[in-house]
Amino acid sequence: MSSITVEQVKKIAELAHLQFSPEELKRFIPQFQEILDYIAQLDDVSTENVEVTYHVLESASWSASMREDQEEPSLPVETVLKNAPDSAEGHFRVPAVLEE
Amino acid sequence: MNEICQCSIRELRRRVVEKEVSACEISRSFLDRIEQADHHTRAFLTVEADQLLEDAARLDKKIASGQLKDGLLAGVPLAIKDNIVIQGMRTSCASRVLENYIPPYDATAIQRLRAEGAIFLGKTNCDEFAMGSSNENSAYFATKNPWNLEFVPGGSSGGSAAAVAAREAPGALGSETGGSIRQPAAFCGVVGLKPTYGRVSRFGLVAFASSLDQIGPLAQTVDDTALLLQVLAGPDNRDSTCSTRQPDDYLGGINEDVKGFKIGLPKEWFGSGLFSQIEEKLREAIAKLEGLGCEIVEVSLPHTEHAMAVYCIIAFAEASSNLARYDGVRYGSRSPEYEDLATMFRRTRSEGFGEEVKRRIMLGTYVLSAGYYDAYFLKASKVRTLLKSDYLRAFEQVDFLLGPTTPSLPFKIGEKVSDPLQMYLSDIYTAPANLVGVPGLSMPCGYSTDGLPVGLQIQASHFEEAKLLRLAYALEQELAIQQPDLPFD
Repeated sequence: MSSITVEQVKKIAELAHLQFSPEELKRFIPQFQEILDYIAQLDDVSTENVEVTYHVLESASWSASMREDQEEPSLPVETVLKNAPDSAEGHFRVPAVLEE
Repeated sequence: MNEICQCSIRELRRRVVEKEVSACEISRSFLDRIEQADHHTRAFLTVEADQLLEDAARLDKKIASGQLKDGLLAGVPLAIKDNIVIQGMRTSCASRVLENYIPPYDATAIQRLRAEGAIFLGKTNCDEFAMGSSNENSAYFATKNPWNLEFVPGGSSGGSAAAVAAREAPGALGSETGGSIRQPAAFCGVVGLKPTYGRVSRFGLVAFASSLDQIGPLAQTVDDTALLLQVLAGPDNRDSTCSTRQPDDYLGGINEDVKGFKIGLPKEWFGSGLFSQIEEKLREAIAKLEGLGCEIVEVSLPHTEHAMAVYCIIAFAEASSNLARYDGVRYGSRSPEYEDLATMFRRTRSEGFGEEVKRRIMLGTYVLSAGYYDAYFLKASKVRTLLKSDYLRAFEQVDFLLGPTTPSLPFKIGEKVSDPLQMYLSDIYTAPANLVGVPGLSMPCGYSTDGLPVGLQIQASHFEEAKLLRLAYALEQELAIQQPDLPFD
């Protein structure tokens, strides 16, 4: 059973675009560990020659199907931009990505 | 309480189409009831009274001119969980990050309800992004259990369940990923159905874990639940995971005989973890079913003990991916302070999400990360296959699986908030159906000595909702449970 380090948690937070205060980390790490210990029980289950299931409908005859890709009208740009925190000239606006 | 608020959906609809009462009168009755009861239950996040009355007036005109007489839900006002989008009505998912989100479109489920003449009271509270089992993870406030206001209503569809139980709405939509309809239905003493995966379109349901999520109805009776499913079910071009199979007739045969049905009691569901008063009520219900001519046999689902571990890995992994979209660019809030794109993402997400959501994103990111993917996500996806095999084997022997919805009665507000793992284990009897994709229904089977509702769960094979509702209906008639008075009435 592996134990999680502060460094690992910080790395995961970076991947997930999240940040935590030192107090949050202190509370969070034991909970993270407890859940990891709990899910480690799957190590004891033999899954040799067992196929994966990513999706329950995939393998069955009543599965969902892909439709023809037909062009249909979409929502007007102005309508969609109403929910954007910042927009300009029909686009979403974000901080500059490229250096000048 | 106005007598109208005690009517079933079917009865409300009958009165409207026979012009005994107008859609406006019905809507006003429920708005009055919300005014009177909701400061106790706090089931609603948003109530749109003006919009409702406007829609009701429009419906009344249609009804007067002879249109809509076939509408299965003509004039019926419903409550909708706050993670299902209604055009123009704030949909926050009980999260700060979507505090001001006004959807520019209707979910398919909403369109289908509208087409049958339903109108909408408002949006019900839930755990943030449907992540939780008590409604305490709402970023706004905790909904309370109408039967005892010190207890949780369950979650994540706790607002929908509480609204129906307190008769603030005749019916509601909820959504499930691991038990979020059935568990609050059990805690609040109402009927809740999680349909087969793919039976109801997910278009317009804010995604949590896409291979598990389903929209489903909550109502006072099995018959009303069937009526709502009849409207909701069916193919949808806008959800490629929605089944192309046409819905069955859920209403026609609902009162047919259930003699000869074989009911399996999974021995893993009746273990030492089950609260004794729940088991007692279940045994009484099982005896009733035997009396109706059902055959009761013991079955085994040997991988049940691993279901919650599989669920945590798969649900959190899918959640971490789905929630990547909240970046403060296209919709939702944006942190006011940032230096560049990276800090904007990080601050927006850290300020916008609550603790449980962050915990799940972190765990999900971990189990998908390089070096851990095989040990966690791949392994869980294989054990999911073993769970599915358990179920397929059981359904070769029996028509139904029957047992408890939850291992315990409703718990007190605050009791489990500091122990996430214990909170997850509330879903131990419900999450397997999501992993395997089968339909499951929770219905009341009595009250504890303290007056808290006890839920009974029935599961059937994929797409066997008609049969499932028929058994539940027969049991409901046979049990004929007398509801106690609500504490605030």
